[in-house]
Amino acid sequence: MEKQLLTLTVNGQPYELYINPKTLLVEVIRDHIGLTGTKRGCSTVSCGSCTVMLNGMAVKSCSILAMQAEGAQVTTIEGLEKNGELAPIQKAFIDHGAFQCGFCTSGMIMSAQAFLDENSNPTEWEIREGIEGNICRCTGYNSIVRAIDATAKGEYK
Amino acid sequence: MDNNKYSVINTHVHNIDGFAKVTGRATYTFDVTLPNMLYGKILRSPHPHAKILKIDYSKALEFPGVVGVVTGKEDTLGVKQGIWRRYQDLCDEQVLTVDKVRYIGEPVAAVAALTEDIAEQALDLIEVDYEVLPAVYEPMEGIKKEAPEIHEGFERNINVTRHIEWGDTDAAFEEAEYVREDWFKVGGQHHVSMETRAAVSDYTPDGKLTIYHSNQSPYYLQALMAGVLGMREGDIRVISRYVGGAFGGKFELDGAIFCSAVLSKKLNRPVKIIYTREEDFIASKRRTPMFYYVRTGVKKDGTFLAREAKVFTNGGAYTGMGATALYLTGFFHSFPYRWRGYRFDGYRVYTNTLPSTSMRGFGAPQAMFTSEQQIEWIAADLGLDPIEMRRKNSHYPGYEVPGQATIGSCGIDQCYDEIQKWIKDKGTLPDNRAIGISACGFMTGGIFNWFDTPYAFSAAMVTINQDGTVELHVGAQDMGQGSNTTLAIICAETLGVKMEDIKLHASDTDHCPPDLGAWGSRQTLMTGNAVKMAAEDAKKQLLEFAYAHAHIVSKTGLNIVYDLDIKDRWVHNVARPERGVDYSELVRIALRGKEGQKIVGRGFYTPHRKGMISPAYSYMLQGVEVEIDEETGKIRLIDSLTAHDCGQPINHLGLIGQLEGAFSMAAGYGYLEYMPFEDGMLMNPNLVDYHMIRATEMPPTAVAEIDTYEPEGPYGAKEAGEGLTNPTAAAIGNAIFHRFGVQMKENPIRPEMILNALKEKKEQEKAGKKK
Repeated sequence: MEKQLLTLTVNGQPYELYINPKTLLVEVIRDHIGLTGTKRGCSTVSCGSCTVMLNGMAVKSCSILAMQAEGAQVTTIEGLEKNGELAPIQKAFIDHGAFQCGFCTSGMIMSAQAFLDENSNPTEWEIREGIEGNICRCTGYNSIVRAIDATAKGEYK
Repeated sequence: MDNNKYSVINTHVHNIDGFAKVTGRATYTFDVTLPNMLYGKILRSPHPHAKILKIDYSKALEFPGVVGVVTGKEDTLGVKQGIWRRYQDLCDEQVLTVDKVRYIGEPVAAVAALTEDIAEQALDLIEVDYEVLPAVYEPMEGIKKEAPEIHEGFERNINVTRHIEWGDTDAAFEEAEYVREDWFKVGGQHHVSMETRAAVSDYTPDGKLTIYHSNQSPYYLQALMAGVLGMREGDIRVISRYVGGAFGGKFELDGAIFCSAVLSKKLNRPVKIIYTREEDFIASKRRTPMFYYVRTGVKKDGTFLAREAKVFTNGGAYTGMGATALYLTGFFHSFPYRWRGYRFDGYRVYTNTLPSTSMRGFGAPQAMFTSEQQIEWIAADLGLDPIEMRRKNSHYPGYEVPGQATIGSCGIDQCYDEIQKWIKDKGTLPDNRAIGISACGFMTGGIFNWFDTPYAFSAAMVTINQDGTVELHVGAQDMGQGSNTTLAIICAETLGVKMEDIKLHASDTDHCPPDLGAWGSRQTLMTGNAVKMAAEDAKKQLLEFAYAHAHIVSKTGLNIVYDLDIKDRWVHNVARPERGVDYSELVRIALRGKEGQKIVGRGFYTPHRKGMISPAYSYMLQGVEVEIDEETGKIRLIDSLTAHDCGQPINHLGLIGQLEGAFSMAAGYGYLEYMPFEDGMLMNPNLVDYHMIRATEMPPTAVAEIDTYEPEGPYGAKEAGEGLTNPTAAAIGNAIFHRFGVQMKENPIRPEMILNALKEKKEQEKAGKKK
């Protein structure tokens, strides 16, 4: 298949890539650009390990073609930290021990961040619904819910 | 955490891998890319049982981008391997099979190509001629005389048998005033680590092999790979820096590591193999499904007398760690109670399904699902309080399980108090809800050496740099459970330094001492003891210089009764803590005194004279409040409390995380995680149809920590996080029993089972009324 030009911005950095149009967004992020913080856990859009933000919305990057991100602003886990300063949600995850093996963590944090961007004052149930699309096999979620709740309450700057 | 006498232990310490994990910097095997690397894919058997007559891969080899193909017959030594190395007949798996396949998904050949896509396409071009053989999928079928033979020489497909007995069981049954017997069908469960099986093997023509691999025991993998490749252990380096979950499923040789290494050795290039989620489901291993017969005899006052269990486990195609699971289910089926007579007979039966093995809980979740429900029914039959009946029969500190184990610390009695209070405080529940409880205990590291290692079970090295920073080398493996943090805490506390002074090195066999790794809840106690010993050794060497320079800590000098110690980087006179010297200054003095050599402390641990099973046991009692929809049979978990005795907590955040995480996995085992097979094929090998707990299904998971001190553990610590996989399925079953009076003898407890049980009950009641 003939390669096509894709232009997109990832974590503020513009990229021009020639890709097979069948390439998934997660493949562009991991294999073409080399940002391996974004993971893959299922390829059936079930686990959320590959979650990134596309123009501010949480998307599972295994579920869309990279070409669909033409001209878009993509934020991955690597883009949350600014000049060595962690985002509040990242600090909260560390302080609450809201991860164990860490493999789902990038996607979980991106889902959490996108959720908080839309809902700054959520109930516990809303938080749980907000991360329902992300599977964590290690933590049982409750520490993650506490971390997101504490972030929403402004406990981390 | 109040009144903590420690500076680091049981304080709010962050996970030392946290920064890497929340920023995407943590590099898993999944993320490793090496120069000149190829991608491998595995051709798998479509048949549950067949002879391989011929493999023709010539067309695959011609496919553009394919670099090489390997088969068992041509490219491996055909060595049968297994993790029970001490017993040759239990080493029954070739991984890349030579002449026969025994389950759907078994590796038959592997391709290396420039891309994963090309390798995948090339698989279709490999032609395999099979002679399909009759197959068998269930242990009760496999054990029949007429069943097909899966492994030569194993009569009735019996892979391993286990007999455990103490006391005079028959006499104890004679004395019983009430005897109850039940059959249970206990399910399998998949580990579903978020990182699927993954390996990058890099063989170089100078005879060295470096492997990045997602596992829970780098040393095991190093040794096993040496065996199958005919190499020396020392020429193989295994690196497993970050592991995306394991849960008991990643310490055996898997197809990813084996096939990538064989390909790399043939092609002299790095080869990466990542399992898809489907491959990870069908061609890995699973928790052992079991048929459980349980007969229990008691006195009318609820005194336990005798128990007999017969278990037939679905071993699948190979032994793996299943032999240990068989033993441990037999032992933990007695827990946490005293039996005058106890007899267990276990049979592990080969079938043509994916092999079963260890999984978090290691045979005990199956044992507790049967035992803890039957005990609840006995209490109901006799009209006794189920908590008080359990209490009067429970282990206590110093109790000896005859011929098996000596119990050190044991806080089960206090656990009963906590759960009793919790239930009382709940008051009357809504009609559609009920509480179920379940007790259990678990080991803190296994004593057995079926791996036949010549090394100490755990070892550690502590090196102090000139600026006081500390290099801690351990062979333990952090797969997410937090052992890196726990071991760093023990090191910092013992040496008297701060967490930020410790740089931990693990997960690399070239640079770390051998250690049996992360299984059987062993690392906190065993590696922890090794770390403590190494840190004490280093500290003692440092303090020798402090005593020699006594004027720096005491103006009047120190006589023989004065003690020095280090705490929070302050070297001081224990009786007069204000008199002291900065730790870094002492390090510099010591370094000079040692003619520039760094201070190195060494520690090791191997259990001796600690019984047959484990040096120490955790105890717990769990209460779960369950809501059941009578119309749909659907279960919702509302609340829970676990009273938990893990000795002295070391890693506070890690402990809470482990207990919550164990609950989610145990609850999934109780009512969600189902592995249906049809003709040997798993019907739901994906995360859409295999249902694990999600955030909206997780109830609150409060923990009441019971304060005990375990003499065998470092600072009094013992197991946490694996044992808690054991009670929940039974607790859910018991809640359903209390709500409806129906008995759930199979798990996961699915809605249709509840509806059927309710229907049956109604019909029986109707029939009863007619009479």
